[in-house]
Amino acid sequence: MSPTVTTSSEANGNVSAATARAAASAAATAEAEGPQPVTMAKALNTAMADAMQADPSVLVFGEDVGMLGGVFRITDGLTKTFGEQRCFDTPLAESGIVGMAVGMAMNGMRPVIEMQFDAFAYPAFEQIVSHVAKMHNRTKGALKLPLVIRVPYAGGIGGVEHHCDSSESYYAHTAGLKVFTPATVADGYRMLREAIDSDDPVMFMEPKKLYWSKDMVDLEELREQHSANVAAGTSSEGRAAVARPGTDATLIAYGPSVPTALAAAAAAAEEGRSLEVIDVRTIVPFDDETVSASVRKTGRAVVIAEAHGFASVSSEIVARIQERCFHYLAAPIRRVTGFDVPYPAPKLEHYYLPSVDRILDAVDDLQWED
Amino acid sequence: MTISANHTAHDPGPQTVNADPVAEAVRKFGITVEDYMLPARHQIQMVDPGGRLKPDSEQGTEPGHEYPLPGAEELLAAYEQLVIGRRVNDQNSALVRQGRMAVYPSSHGQEACQVAAALCLSEGDWMFPTYRDSVAVMARGVDPVQTMTLFRGDWHSGYDPMKHRVGIQCTPLTTQLLHAVGVAHAAKLRGENTVVLAMCGDGATSEGDFHEALNFAAVFHLPVVFFVQNNKYAISVPLAHQSVAPSLAHKAVGYGMAGERVDGNDVVALLAVLDRAVKLARDGSGPLLVEANTYRMQAHTNADDATRYRQDSEVAEWLAKDPVSRMKTYLTGRGLLDDETDFRIAEKAEAIATRLRDGLGEDVPVDPQDLFRHVFASPTPQLLEQSAMLADELAREESSGEGAK
Repeated sequence: MSPTVTTSSEANGNVSAATARAAASAAATAEAEGPQPVTMAKALNTAMADAMQADPSVLVFGEDVGMLGGVFRITDGLTKTFGEQRCFDTPLAESGIVGMAVGMAMNGMRPVIEMQFDAFAYPAFEQIVSHVAKMHNRTKGALKLPLVIRVPYAGGIGGVEHHCDSSESYYAHTAGLKVFTPATVADGYRMLREAIDSDDPVMFMEPKKLYWSKDMVDLEELREQHSANVAAGTSSEGRAAVARPGTDATLIAYGPSVPTALAAAAAAAEEGRSLEVIDVRTIVPFDDETVSASVRKTGRAVVIAEAHGFASVSSEIVARIQERCFHYLAAPIRRVTGFDVPYPAPKLEHYYLPSVDRILDAVDDLQWED
Repeated sequence: MTISANHTAHDPGPQTVNADPVAEAVRKFGITVEDYMLPARHQIQMVDPGGRLKPDSEQGTEPGHEYPLPGAEELLAAYEQLVIGRRVNDQNSALVRQGRMAVYPSSHGQEACQVAAALCLSEGDWMFPTYRDSVAVMARGVDPVQTMTLFRGDWHSGYDPMKHRVGIQCTPLTTQLLHAVGVAHAAKLRGENTVVLAMCGDGATSEGDFHEALNFAAVFHLPVVFFVQNNKYAISVPLAHQSVAPSLAHKAVGYGMAGERVDGNDVVALLAVLDRAVKLARDGSGPLLVEANTYRMQAHTNADDATRYRQDSEVAEWLAKDPVSRMKTYLTGRGLLDDETDFRIAEKAEAIATRLRDGLGEDVPVDPQDLFRHVFASPTPQLLEQSAMLADELAREESSGEGAK
């Protein structure tokens, strides 16, 4: 009998053996050709599988990510394909998960770890703020931390309390962290691959209400694009996307609020108003250029976010537009955000979340008569 | 400085280890698994405070807790580091009093723990120290002046952790234990036989990360030796307010690992216990917990006033257990140390003290652009903007200063 709980017999093998198995397995699961309806969950899952196949130092771990495939099934099949050494369950302790990932990243690995829900990441806050964010700076670059912390976040799924927080502002406020949040299926793949490739730690905020949203996507094409970008040394990090072009006002949104902003723009178009929608994509680094260019063009802006408005990413965006576009503005910048209350119970969340009507009301307030 | 004692060649690693040390001890001594994991009934002490080697029967060892006496070469190397460590502690404290260093958490009185922590490791092993473990960091081979950068105040850390396999000295208590676990885990996945020594104090055992680190290390069966220096105070709060466990080493059994307690002022016993712990970890035993019973002779830092929370009589009691003089008496008695060797060691220690005085007396130029340079591997446009703003601000200051001349 051993003094500790031993891991499986695989624990004594080594990483390269698991990689060989993975390559064989991945070859057997070829995808259909051309654009297909793909969920964001599938895109994220494929991004991790591809990254694991490309680089044996990429590891996935967290709570229930192994045989179960994660409570949202985002890591589905990774243990089966790559073995228990490369995708595994940890004891139920978030600080432990992040702290161990820091050590592994120090020692040559590229951990991709899952915090099961936004609010369950808080026990790891000290590790994230005091170490993940500071290690590179503290050591004058001697230690890089190529580490991705995946956080399913935000609401709109009827979740009970502690399952729907928009926690991105805490991370965006912490110097040394990059903060990504995809809003489309293609970005789910593209941005997660780029986060894993990054030598900087990335808080990867996944809008959980979009996990099952589908777009027509060609995963093989995304994979090829990614390889081409890596070869060319380019990345979409720090680039916002114009999700819908328009001329009269700019809606700026990220993550779960992008589809809501797009729906509002579609409704406004029926009323004869052309709204441009900007998908921020990476909160850190923030794309001032794209946002400012749009607002200078339209002269009006509404910032939309699920998180509480007070002292938040949305307030930062307003401040940045004001500093850069003041003389172009025809009206004060408006915000549509969650109220400054703890995230509501499921039957109340629709009062809290930014809605199409609330966005259109804000657009109506942009002093069109002046 | 010499780094590690001359250890025998490594075993090929956990994969090829057949003997489970617990099963072996259970079979050999007829003890239970719990007996093996619990610390011995008394702390391990080999040399008493008077510098006399204790008879085997009084060393605290018992079946399953047997410790051979370290070799003469290792003992002499340890004494040299003890003398250097004491000199470093006192030199640094003096530099703080002279205003040449911001702060120094001294390990005066704990030098035996510091030295043993460094000497028990082999070259490829890792150490994760706290802010009070500067002497251990130096004994591991890090340059003394680079070690003191954190306290000099020109940057947060002055050495490359990868080069020396020494984590940066950690201030948030026990957070570094999890980094130790991660380093060990990565090494194990690659099939390397690295051992990681993870250091913390008695107060730190109250932190949540202490629990998480020990549990993770045990569940993943990792070669980590957790080394707790119980120096009796967490700034002002005595151990009784941190824990009412029979000893801190008793916490090990709750995680399914072996624990041991040792006289933290007896470097002979420390080396014996830590050497064995490192060997067991390297041979695939999983993690172990060692508690060293020692005493923080000085205040927490220069900003602290220890007279507010402890009696002089208590300090005097521990002065009699001093680790440096104890070792000197013991080695001299055994004929391993003569005046000439002692003088040579003292000279070495003095040279390092001189290096500290010179190195820390220099006014180190700081580069304001370092504020931005290392925040990210790939900087954000916002930081580049702010960096340009500061550069412009400084350029204008300089030109207006020149204009006034």
